[in-house]
Amino acid sequence: MIKGKKKKIKALVTKVGLDGHDRGAKVVASMLKEAGMEVIYLGMYQMPENIVKAALDEDVDVIGLSYLSGEHLIFTPLIVEEMKKNGLDNVLLVAGGTFPAEDIPIMEEMGIDKVFRAGSLTESFVEYIRDNVKE
Amino acid sequence: MNNPDYMEAKKYGEDISLDEELYRNLSGFHIKSLYGPEDIPKFDYGTDLGLPGEYPFTRGIYRTMYRGKPWTIRQLGSLGSPSEANRRIRQLIQMGSTGVSICLDMPTIMGRDSDDPMSEGEVGSCGGVAIDSLEDMRNLLEGLPLDEISINFVSNSQSPVILAMFVAVAGEQGIPLAKLNGTMQNDILKEYQAQKSYYFPPRPSMRLTIDTLRFCSENMPLFNPISISGYHLASAGATPVQELAFTLANGFTYIEEGIKAGLSVDSFAPRLSFFFKAHNDFFENIAKFRAARRIWSRTIREKYKAEDPRSWRFRVHTQTSGSSLAAQEPENNIMRVTIQALSAVLAGTQSLHTNAFDEAFSIPTPRSEKLALRAQQIIARESGVINTVDPLGGSYYIEALTNEMESVSYEYFREIENLGGVISAIEKGFYQSAIADSAFKYQEEIEKKKRIVVGLNEFVTDEEMDIELREPDPEFEKQKVADLTALKKNRDLNVVKTCLSEVRQVIQGSDNVMPVLIKAVKSRVTLGEIINVMRDIFGEFREESIY
Repeated sequence: MIKGKKKKIKALVTKVGLDGHDRGAKVVASMLKEAGMEVIYLGMYQMPENIVKAALDEDVDVIGLSYLSGEHLIFTPLIVEEMKKNGLDNVLLVAGGTFPAEDIPIMEEMGIDKVFRAGSLTESFVEYIRDNVKE
Repeated sequence: MNNPDYMEAKKYGEDISLDEELYRNLSGFHIKSLYGPEDIPKFDYGTDLGLPGEYPFTRGIYRTMYRGKPWTIRQLGSLGSPSEANRRIRQLIQMGSTGVSICLDMPTIMGRDSDDPMSEGEVGSCGGVAIDSLEDMRNLLEGLPLDEISINFVSNSQSPVILAMFVAVAGEQGIPLAKLNGTMQNDILKEYQAQKSYYFPPRPSMRLTIDTLRFCSENMPLFNPISISGYHLASAGATPVQELAFTLANGFTYIEEGIKAGLSVDSFAPRLSFFFKAHNDFFENIAKFRAARRIWSRTIREKYKAEDPRSWRFRVHTQTSGSSLAAQEPENNIMRVTIQALSAVLAGTQSLHTNAFDEAFSIPTPRSEKLALRAQQIIARESGVINTVDPLGGSYYIEALTNEMESVSYEYFREIENLGGVISAIEKGFYQSAIADSAFKYQEEIEKKKRIVVGLNEFVTDEEMDIELREPDPEFEKQKVADLTALKKNRDLNVVKTCLSEVRQVIQGSDNVMPVLIKAVKSRVTLGEIINVMRDIFGEFREESIY
């Protein structure tokens, strides 16, 4: 059905730190659900430890981060490190939101598998997740 | 009506078969191809419009509007460090800005000091200024004529503390409270509904709001203690008519809470102001403002029995739509902002903030900020649109849209009332899901190309546009934390303890919290310390995740 993957993809959508701009995260959560994925919406004000703990508990395939207040370069390494510490190497990490274009390669180098800019259409990230969910 | 050309055109308008779905505004109203007298059948000039400056103020709240006084050009003057923000404010004034808005950084917004572990990496973020202590407020306002320039603090949950600091600094500068100009956003209801920077549950938050309202109505007659904000609702996804209805319902709630607390409506209603978004749909946006003025004045006069005509006036600040800006071909945003700004002016706004084109990436550069300000000056000084008051009044389309905005608003008012009022509706998750649904629908329309965003889902080109962006200062946070640590070391800890226990006592009782807060900030108690005491007593609010 979904490119040879039997189980339904499980995605965790969340925001890190003190920022409450949650429109994008909520829209993406709904879009992923529409696309047939199981969505855990963790909401705002999460710290890296909570996010990784929830990802472990829920056994998710992908973590989606929404960044809007310029905190992307601070939190990304913290989350990546926390994921490594807990052996979440098989979980896909994607991010979206508001940031300078030149930060995208930096974020990908830090360990985000794919960064989507503001204005990206659903198809692009649904397809990416389906094609890249790790076994 | 019997003009043959008009009848012919009307027939054409009815017959033509078009995809109706394409002709809907952002609120989802179906727009006809032509409007005429039959679309406003009961129209009565005196009752529905009235003269500008007269009840029900549909045409504007002042008789001469921009001929008498241009709108306030109010740009953002906040950047990480209070001293840098001060320099920025001076530059803006020099370029012709007549007011200024000051945003706070994420930690201050969330009631945390710069040295709080939760603040790490976010001090000075989001184009906001970090306010920990009175020292910061002093640096921010240094040398500014506080009785002349109107300062809008984009401050909400932390407003009682920010207000206390503002009052204390004005006192140091020798400016009487009665002469203090400006605005505190201080709109807690929309925090639960959309912006989400709340600390406490809604009811104790409302008590703090009423304390500030009472303090201002007794001491600061020129200051606006609440700016009831639809902007954030719209940014979170609310349609224009939802923005209109939800904002007005919030306004009525503040009125009711004030009356319940024993204030007379005319003692505070004249100082309530509003904040709207200028959306992309030009005429819809204009109709929203006109409907707001009419609904507000009628309700305040008839339902809440205000007698002072100043209480009936819906005074509004407007910002162009940050959420309509695209990261794709960012310079296109200059045109979007200009069109939105023009609609706000034709709608009769009192104050305007135009967004900078690079805001889909980062906080603005001085160059992009200047371009945004110039858009307002070009509209004001070159376009001629200010020469006459309410040039669109009487347009069949505008009046029909204004009526429709009004009647749909009343449907929302009834729905909210059936849920037990605004605070109950918040507790039941009504706004959170209504707004998330609208945001989802909007995105779906873009995906299906029912809504076009030029350069994003239509006329897309591959070329990357290189624009210059502001570089954040990586040293700022370290410096701010060091300064705060030094301040905390060099104060009399016994005084700090006494102040905090006084705050605790007043919070547990029912006296107005403002006097003890003013005393506390003067004794260098920090914002985070005060909010932590309040958190301890009121508890923290967590919303259910509704999407």
